[in-house]
Amino acid sequence: MSEDKAPLSEERMQAMYRDMLRIRRFEETAFELFEQGEVMGGIHVSIGQEGCSVGACSTLREDDAILTTHRGHGHSIAKGTRLPEMMAELLGKATGLCHAKGGSMHIADVSKGHYGAHSIVGSNMPMAVGIGLAFHFEGKGQVAVVFFGDGAANEGSFHESLNLASIWKLPVIFFCENNHFASSTRVQYATSVADISARAGGYDIPGVTVDGMDVLAVHEVMVEAVDRARRGLGPSLIEAKTYRYFGHSRKDPQFGPYRTEEEWNEWKAKDPLLVAEEILGVTETQKKAHLDAVEDELQDALAFARQSPEPEPDDVYEDLYA
Amino acid sequence: MPEVKTRTISYSTAINEALHEEMERDEKVFLMGEDIALSAISPATAGLGDRFGHERVRNTPISELGFTGAAVGAAMAGYRPVLDMRRIDFMMLAIDPIANQAAKLRYMLGGQVSIPLVIRAPEGGGSQNGPTHSQCLEAWFIQVPGLRVIVPSDPADAKGLLKSAIREDNPVLFVEYRALYSLEGPVPEGDYTEPIGKAAVKREGSDITLIGIGSQARNCLEASDLLAREGIDAEVVDPRTINPLDVEGLAGSVRKTGKCVIAEEGHKSGGVGAEIAASVQEAAFGALKAPIIRVAALDVPVPVHTKLEAIVLPSTEKVVSAAKKLLS
Ligand SMILES: Cc1ncc(C[n+]2csc(CCOP(=O)(O)OP(=O)(O)O)c2C)c(N)n1
Ligand SMILES: [Mg+2]
Repeated sequence: MSEDKAPLSEERMQAMYRDMLRIRRFEETAFELFEQGEVMGGIHVSIGQEGCSVGACSTLREDDAILTTHRGHGHSIAKGTRLPEMMAELLGKATGLCHAKGGSMHIADVSKGHYGAHSIVGSNMPMAVGIGLAFHFEGKGQVAVVFFGDGAANEGSFHESLNLASIWKLPVIFFCENNHFASSTRVQYATSVADISARAGGYDIPGVTVDGMDVLAVHEVMVEAVDRARRGLGPSLIEAKTYRYFGHSRKDPQFGPYRTEEEWNEWKAKDPLLVAEEILGVTETQKKAHLDAVEDELQDALAFARQSPEPEPDDVYEDLYA
Repeated sequence: MPEVKTRTISYSTAINEALHEEMERDEKVFLMGEDIALSAISPATAGLGDRFGHERVRNTPISELGFTGAAVGAAMAGYRPVLDMRRIDFMMLAIDPIANQAAKLRYMLGGQVSIPLVIRAPEGGGSQNGPTHSQCLEAWFIQVPGLRVIVPSDPADAKGLLKSAIREDNPVLFVEYRALYSLEGPVPEGDYTEPIGKAAVKREGSDITLIGIGSQARNCLEASDLLAREGIDAEVVDPRTINPLDVEGLAGSVRKTGKCVIAEEGHKSGGVGAEIAASVQEAAFGALKAPIIRVAALDVPVPVHTKLEAIVLPSTEKVVSAAKKLLS
């Protein structure tokens, strides 16, 4: 049995739960800051989808790569992105991960294997293929995981990327977070198949659909895909069915004209945090301890961000060319 | 001349009216784009799905290459698609059907087909949306013979030119500045169109010509007010269409004033301003009393940070100081 496949220790399970809390509280805080006008630019929160980000990233090594989307805070945090610098980026500070050039939609922490949030839908998948190709050349068993939405699975780049990764047997995991909507468009309307994972068949790679509200279930299917990729057997497509509890972006109301409160409540009952508490057996005392620790970490991050300097005017010319 | 009745509406309402009227007038006109069928998403397409149904107001998956190519095909087959790109940045995924297909097919097939396609491309910065959601890319497309490129700067032109664009038998890139969506202005009532290929003098003056494209036509008008307070009488001219470019319309103003500032929100190098400056000096070199000055976005991406963004983008103040520099 490979290291990836060892059963999860109690400690790792607690760490996974804490990461889910870190994401939830980071995004709730970011959203409040946004509403108070403290955030530069827009934000898209992934609240409701923490089971996906943590379930997936908990299977990765630091030298593995991820790429994410406009809705990427969760993946960023789960992959170990530095919180103070991430918060500073949201507040438009010089110490921000992207030096206040990229904002929430472009969070990246390459030192932690985070090759960026990418705001052009579908643009991250071909780049993941390229990182997978580099990993293939390197031969160290690293894998690249690319997160994308149900909407992105309708871009040509998705199909070209799956095919390329398949014919070259690259260590790339295509992780689709099917939260059922692309902005106001329902997945059932926009997508030719009921399960996006079925598209793997066209590229002769494994495709699985998993309950994205269940962090352990996500972890398990990822373990399989990572193991395959590390052994040089090629890419996989994972579809996690999930739901975003907030509106699409800053202007979109929580329910929008495209979904009902009733549907929302059904998914809310499956909140990935509640599910995790149950299956991981998190006690009230443990939960409280985690929450306190997370709160301290967040307050430190926020203090760092608030105390950080604004960028200087000449910074507009910085980092354009190497 | 009979008096034209006008009413005051916004730029986005003007676009919305043009779409309603042209869909009403010609059943071959249909719309495609992401999230256009639900009114809440963009004021420009509000109500169209309810009025004309989802056969003619087609929500698309996120498939810019696919639906743009499909629009070229439908246009060849006799329909008049109007696309909504949400942002010109997303249109970059569809460059092939626009530049390689739509623009060239008629020529390449010896005139056998025409491509009556309109691509509405909202664009522009100033809202901290960052490098990939703030670009102004019309300059790229004046390099592509076979396309028409239209950039209205006020509600009347938005309506009159969009209606003309939909009736035009060639592919049209119709650039809308998002920052202008809420701008209000008088728009004639009734079936009103504006000609493609004609510049418009937006303010008459004699000391200096300010040529502004899109959002910068507004800034030039504001600049002319500020300059007037200092006794400078600026003329503001809006090319309105940049392919074809009304060189005579622009040169005529420069012959009168002898001085010219050109303002655009796209990057300076290789920009629309560069093309206009070259054309104007070819046509009116003898009349120029000073070099033409361009005001444009700096040659760096548009950063998220408010202050950095303001440094990169052109502004009324930058137009004013360019004008003063020319006059000093
Ligand atoms: C190429 C491109 N087209 C359109 C957009 C506008 N846009 C941003 S997010 C989004 C919806 C994405 O849906 P999905 O992939 O399901 O991700 P989710 O927002 O649900 O996380 C759209 C249409 C974009 N950013 N890039
Ligand atoms: Mg989605």
